[in-house]
Amino acid sequence: MTKKNWPLYEVFVRGKRGLNHVHVGSLHAADDEMALHNARDVYTRRNEGVSIWVVRADHITASSPGEKDPFFAPAGDKVYRHPTFYAIPEDVPHL
Amino acid sequence: MDGLETQFDETIAADQRIEPRDWMPEAYRKTLIRQIAQHAHSEIIGMQPEGNWILRAPSLRRKAILLAKVQDEAGHGMYLYAAAETLGVDREELTEKLIESKQKYSSIFNYPTLTYADIGVIGWLVDGAAICNQVPLCRCSYGPYARAMIRICKEESFHQRQGYELLLAMVNGTDAQREMVQESTNRWWWPSLMMFGPPDADSPNTQQSMAWGIKRHTNDELRQRFVDMTVPQAAALGITLPDPGLVWNEERSAHDYTEPDWTEFKAVIAGSGPCNAQRIAHRRRAHESGSWVREAAVAYAEKQAAKQEAAA
Repeated sequence: MTKKNWPLYEVFVRGKRGLNHVHVGSLHAADDEMALHNARDVYTRRNEGVSIWVVRADHITASSPGEKDPFFAPAGDKVYRHPTFYAIPEDVPHL
Repeated sequence: MDGLETQFDETIAADQRIEPRDWMPEAYRKTLIRQIAQHAHSEIIGMQPEGNWILRAPSLRRKAILLAKVQDEAGHGMYLYAAAETLGVDREELTEKLIESKQKYSSIFNYPTLTYADIGVIGWLVDGAAICNQVPLCRCSYGPYARAMIRICKEESFHQRQGYELLLAMVNGTDAQREMVQESTNRWWWPSLMMFGPPDADSPNTQQSMAWGIKRHTNDELRQRFVDMTVPQAAALGITLPDPGLVWNEERSAHDYTEPDWTEFKAVIAGSGPCNAQRIAHRRRAHESGSWVREAAVAYAEKQAAKQEAAA
């Protein structure tokens, strides 16, 4: 039998209700269900989470670090997207 | 110097983190793989000396604690293997290197756990030394390693405290129990000092690792911190640390202490410690006799996937 390694999964945990799932690390598992169980045993031994997502690492599409400046450049020159861009007299309330 | 290397140097100089898909010098990657793998192997091999006492722990409470601690060590190994994998190595490959003795693990785990007091002393001294080493690693320049270390440090605190509490119970027990704690401390003190690695003058990689922000303090700085931290803890237990040269130095505001036997350290690293062969043989046995489980899980996953596809 040819040696087949278990695929890599990335693990995301929701710490408590009201928070986003946050990436906590990765693990190997033979299938999705085992990934979920392993994630519980490896990453939530002390009640660190109320919900877990696991996703095959090869199913993730990521921006390339090499082109990070050009990729995020469109947001760079749009200061008018921030509230501090607008001058409002200080005595006007609730703005 | 090209743009990528400049970018890397600037990130390090600004004390920012390097992330997995960033460009990094090959030597930086290699150093990290070696260090993280060695660290992961230590956690996994470290399960053996303590696992030795799970069945013989004196109460259900102590068994549950020890079991949880050994399970944590497995978890720490997993966090670290995962961090190493972000550098482009495979966990399977690292395990192979460990059982073929091509990669190392901490020399401390090549000493045997002869009495139950060793469980307490390991928590107190060995995990105490590990914490001294690991806290600065939470600020390591490589993001995944630093994040793994943050998780590990949170859990190590339980390890150290359960060990100290165990020792407190023993020193407040019978004379025989107190003697057992003293005898165990005598055996573990020197190997614990060795956990920080060779003296600075004999540690050629330290400067480069510090320049890269992988290491934040030298071996001797961390060893000194550990000694100063441990002296009052030993006093509170009423235990003597087995070093007649251990005295407070007013001028340095630190303790003077005797260096451990570095010849012994080198011999243990080279494979002649009391338990090296046993530790590796056990790890190899566990890996090999577990192979059918790994294969069966893959076969099951494939069968389920085929079934699902047929049903769809």
